[in-house]
Amino acid sequence: MEAENARLRAEVEALRARLRALEAAGASADAPRQQPDGSSCTAAAAAGAAAPAAAGARPSRAPPAGFVSPHGLTKPQAERYSRQLLLPAFGPAAQARLCAASALIVGCGGLGAPAALYLAAAGIGRLGLADHDAVEISNLHRQIIHSEARAGAHKAASAAAAVAALNSSVALDVHTEGLTPANAADLVRRYDLVIDASDNAPTRYLLSDAAAATGTPLVSAAAVGTDGQLTVYCLGEDGPCYRCLFPEPPAPGNCARCADAGVLGPVPGVMGVLQALEAVKILAGVGKPLSRQLLLFDALSGRFTTIKLRARAPDCAACGGGGGAAAAGDAAGGTGAQAEGPAGGACCSGRGSGSDARAPRGRMRPEDVAAFDYAAFTGQAAHDGAPPPLRVLPPDQRLAAAELRDRLAAAGLGGGDDRDGAANGASSSGSGGSGDSGGAAGCVLIDVRPTAQFGVMSLPGAVNLPFDSPERFRERHVASVLALASCGAGCAALAAGAAARDGGASGYGGAASATGSSGAAGAAPRGAAARAAAEQAAAEQQRPVYVVCRRGNHSQLAVQELRAAGLREVFDLAGGMEAWAAEVDPAMPVL
Amino acid sequence: MKLCIEFGGGLELLFGNQKNYDVEVPADGSLTVRQLLPWARDNLLQDRPELFMKGDSVRPGILVLINGCDWELSGTLDAELQPGDEVVFISTLHGG
Repeated sequence: MEAENARLRAEVEALRARLRALEAAGASADAPRQQPDGSSCTAAAAAGAAAPAAAGARPSRAPPAGFVSPHGLTKPQAERYSRQLLLPAFGPAAQARLCAASALIVGCGGLGAPAALYLAAAGIGRLGLADHDAVEISNLHRQIIHSEARAGAHKAASAAAAVAALNSSVALDVHTEGLTPANAADLVRRYDLVIDASDNAPTRYLLSDAAAATGTPLVSAAAVGTDGQLTVYCLGEDGPCYRCLFPEPPAPGNCARCADAGVLGPVPGVMGVLQALEAVKILAGVGKPLSRQLLLFDALSGRFTTIKLRARAPDCAACGGGGGAAAAGDAAGGTGAQAEGPAGGACCSGRGSGSDARAPRGRMRPEDVAAFDYAAFTGQAAHDGAPPPLRVLPPDQRLAAAELRDRLAAAGLGGGDDRDGAANGASSSGSGGSGDSGGAAGCVLIDVRPTAQFGVMSLPGAVNLPFDSPERFRERHVASVLALASCGAGCAALAAGAAARDGGASGYGGAASATGSSGAAGAAPRGAAARAAAEQAAAEQQRPVYVVCRRGNHSQLAVQELRAAGLREVFDLAGGMEAWAAEVDPAMPVL
Repeated sequence: MKLCIEFGGGLELLFGNQKNYDVEVPADGSLTVRQLLPWARDNLLQDRPELFMKGDSVRPGILVLINGCDWELSGTLDAELQPGDEVVFISTLHGG
């Protein structure tokens, strides 16, 4: 209810802002691309006068007698942007071009938030805000355009409300449907420039293709963890597009998501501000844009590096075609490549080895963009939300959260007093590590989430053995689990210790210590002898094994591996820790 | 041949979470990136080689820079390295 209220409030605010701008400008928000001339700037100027702050001073379209603006800037504009007008490197002419210009921001998240605010503050004429997502509290550490009050609201509407509050003279288009292959080219062509502030690979390809198809410059940035990257695509004669650089998409497993890998709040902030800066430079026609250059930001060492990039690839599936000039695109597309279809060609070349001979072909046309299957091309859905739920295990191998709670409690794991139960076992090291209680209780609880997530919250007694892939889980962790399962309390401490070492070393970069482990349980997981030992251990299972993860996907795959290794009493927690927090322990933080 | 090798964009996680390596790579006279890649995989990489290489090149999504320039400008796999060169491997980011 609260979220719905917030959503509606934000939408009302955004609509009011649009209405104000439209009434003042007397122009459609869907106006064709504006040219940086005096006439369209007048519209933006009139919108500027509609600001509440400027109440009473509402000039008509014709400047009042006595002051003739040499650049089309009105009194409110000249005063508002005076610090930019005084700047020799910018000045009134550049400001007038910016006031007449428009930009589309795709993604109103960590990058889009500062980009939208700074573009609006600097005086852009019209801003499109596209995002299909809703504001969550875990966004707010970096997506500073939103607010607690607007949690649950559409991000595009929430961002529009903040922009309207900052500068009511900016005309706003709110696109809550986000960017899709069907609408991308039409949306992009309505703006002078696009900002890629998205969070996933398919949207990045889609946006770049739409920019190439419409000849629209694209300011692209990305941020994950403590790293940021920024460049400008599709600008000028030799500016490459995203596909020129990355003709073949990365494997889905190689794309870290902020929701999994984490991100330090100010890092996307820095990159989003830089995107606004590049957009201002291009739209106002000042400075040298970062085309054919990639700016790298390493937050931990406080280092910015700029590197030189290749030029536009003549055989690029999206922007190639030899002609080069933006205007030649549609004409060229109609002749050569039509029979085969540039979209199909792009897909084939993407899937190929990368060295296959690709005949020069026309640039992608808007209809090619609409027909291209970006999800299949990248193997990913166009959002960075939760993956779809897996259905791998039969229902009788899965436990609801309440059922797991009862089983853990019965086995001496799971609540406050269960720590005592664990202490009664063989463990005497007193290290407090999860391995000890996992080893001494009447069951084995395995948490296969990444170590960083485990560190934020976990169940008492859980042993952390991260699941990256079935192969790696098999190679690294199955033997440890078998040893834990086959141990009674007597050998539990030893096995648990080995498993804990295994788990602790299981993140990226820990391979050496994990494979070098000489613990009784974790050692030598390979070879025939090891297999025989594993089969023996599985046959001697004495304690049931429960596997948990974040949402109940990886836990199913881990249970599959453990069952394949011979364990019978092994179950996963359906819905993962999210279900546990929802159904058993509301005090447990949900990541 | 003495080289400075650097990993970024998260790629350093495969290399013991270390971004910079000053290395001496065995070379009889000349050394190309094609030869450097397997050497780095076998001597520096600690984890998940499939996330670093595909075939005899880097996996899609990794940019290779030689002295601050896209390797596309100097011949990709056949680019010849000189003593003291800086070779950077950057994983492209998607988050935002």
